[in-house]
Amino acid sequence: MKNATGAARSPFSSGRGINSFNNRLFTAFVWSASAAMVLFILALLYLILQKGLPSLTWDFVLGLPSEIEEGGGIGPALFNSFYMLLISLLIAVPLGMAAGIYLAEFAPDNKLIGFVRICVEGLASVPSIIFGLFGIALFVEIFQIGLTILGGAVSLAFLNLPVMTRVTEESIRAVPGELKQASFALGATHLQTIRRVLVPSAINGLVTGICLIAGRAFGESAVIILTAGVTTSGEMWDFNLLSPGETLAVHLWYVQSEAIVPDAVSISDKSAAVLVFVILLFNVLFRIPLWIKERRSR
Amino acid sequence: MQLDTSARPSIAGQNASELGGSIKAGSGKSFDRKNRLLFYNRFFKLACIASAVFVCLILFGILFLMFRTGVLTFRDVSPMTFFFSTDWTPEDDRYGAFVFIFGTFALTLLTLLISVPLSVVIAVFLAEVAPTWLRNLLRPVLDLLVGIPSVVYGFLGLTILIPLLRDITGTNMGDGILAAAIVLTIMVLPTISRVSDDAISAVPRKYRDASYALGATRFQTIFKVTIPAARSGILYGVILGMARAIGETMAVVMVIGNTPQLADALFKPTSVLTSNIVMQIANVPFDSTWNNALYMMGFLLLVISLLMIVLVRLLQRKGAHS
Repeated sequence: MKNATGAARSPFSSGRGINSFNNRLFTAFVWSASAAMVLFILALLYLILQKGLPSLTWDFVLGLPSEIEEGGGIGPALFNSFYMLLISLLIAVPLGMAAGIYLAEFAPDNKLIGFVRICVEGLASVPSIIFGLFGIALFVEIFQIGLTILGGAVSLAFLNLPVMTRVTEESIRAVPGELKQASFALGATHLQTIRRVLVPSAINGLVTGICLIAGRAFGESAVIILTAGVTTSGEMWDFNLLSPGETLAVHLWYVQSEAIVPDAVSISDKSAAVLVFVILLFNVLFRIPLWIKERRSR
Repeated sequence: MQLDTSARPSIAGQNASELGGSIKAGSGKSFDRKNRLLFYNRFFKLACIASAVFVCLILFGILFLMFRTGVLTFRDVSPMTFFFSTDWTPEDDRYGAFVFIFGTFALTLLTLLISVPLSVVIAVFLAEVAPTWLRNLLRPVLDLLVGIPSVVYGFLGLTILIPLLRDITGTNMGDGILAAAIVLTIMVLPTISRVSDDAISAVPRKYRDASYALGATRFQTIFKVTIPAARSGILYGVILGMARAIGETMAVVMVIGNTPQLADALFKPTSVLTSNIVMQIANVPFDSTWNNALYMMGFLLLVISLLMIVLVRLLQRKGAHS
């Protein structure tokens, strides 16, 4: 502030002093740096889609993988991805929502509950590979079932459970208190209030949360490598919970770094494109209805 | 909302006379509406409590299992060797994890050095400089980027970044700590900048107005008023990004080179805790010292990430006080 009057002779001669120059330089810098970073990241995503999507065929998407020859597909891996995603969501969403509702609605405000909150937050920040190690210790060593779809899906659910809990708690808390009191005033019980008022009002946040954990479960690879293995059963539509369950994300890594097929580059290009495409699709499919709803209610 | 059928008669029997069985269930059993609702409510609350307890149990289960397996390492290896020796040749029973611990910290530090200034610039752009339409466009895009799988970033690093680094530096080694840090930067950038953006946007408008009223330019206002006021929020974002960088596995595995040597140069294949665990765990028998050492490394990661949460809590408490 001192040099403000020193550099610009008159305090009213705006647009000429060193400060004004700094200001303009700064604005230009912020604009260009942000534009460069955002364009760079978007260009990377575009590059993935553009390299993989045009050469995509149904044979590849639904075909069986091959260990040695060219022309292997990603069918079972893609199927496993969706199958595990479904199982893990079936576990994580109800449990996570119930825990979140408890923390938001029933829990008394004392030290113990504060500790539970720290536990949830701590669990949410545990690196995914730790869940993989936990999955090995639990399913391979204690239950002795080996590397299976079931083990992978449950480990994934554990990974996503705390995120779902936090999202639910925050969304339910954000519902205005008047709605809840109005429901009680009509004679509704606590459960009826939660089911008919709180959850429907918080649906926006809940769907965003589910979308978030679905994307995370679909793209997660470290947990799956450790708990479900890097092979598939080699059959399409294999619903057996105890068969090995390599997912698409794992397949991308496996083909790129371990496999010996001659067309590994093209397989991984296309797998990456499918992976990114599905994640984008999740976001678009889940969020567009919410955007429309929000626009309409405005 | 599964109703346990065996519980019906007992509850209904106690209170059937009280309300005169006014509304009977269709099946003919006397189970009036009030009791049913009460039962549902109680059952639902119990289910919610059980879920919350379950979430806590998972954390303690993880802590217990990791610690129990990890601590067995010290039957065969002294803690001094494990933490401070750089010699990791499990085939010859030499388990020095210093290389990986050092690698994790060096990688995180390097990532933050690159990503924090960039993220803060983007956050300032989003919160203060960008026109509204661009802001409304960019925020969802950044949120979307958080959801891109890490293995895709690793794949990009492997196929685009490493050949590029080779071309630029002229060496035949692209992998190493710099490549990993750049990939991690791209991954944590959306997280840190969105959290910082929220923090900067939350700074009360009167602060800015007061600064402008004193004759400050936008540049001065942002650097002397807005960023200091949003400091604790930005720090929260940095810690979140740091946690992600420390725990990230697959993106790092694909670009770091996976060789147990000390990361004393930017282009030198090395290894960090996460990458070493995922590369080796599948090939070792469960009861071996090797396996226990890997679990001990996992336990270290776990402790680091939990310490960060405590740090975040302290920050929030401090922010709430001031």
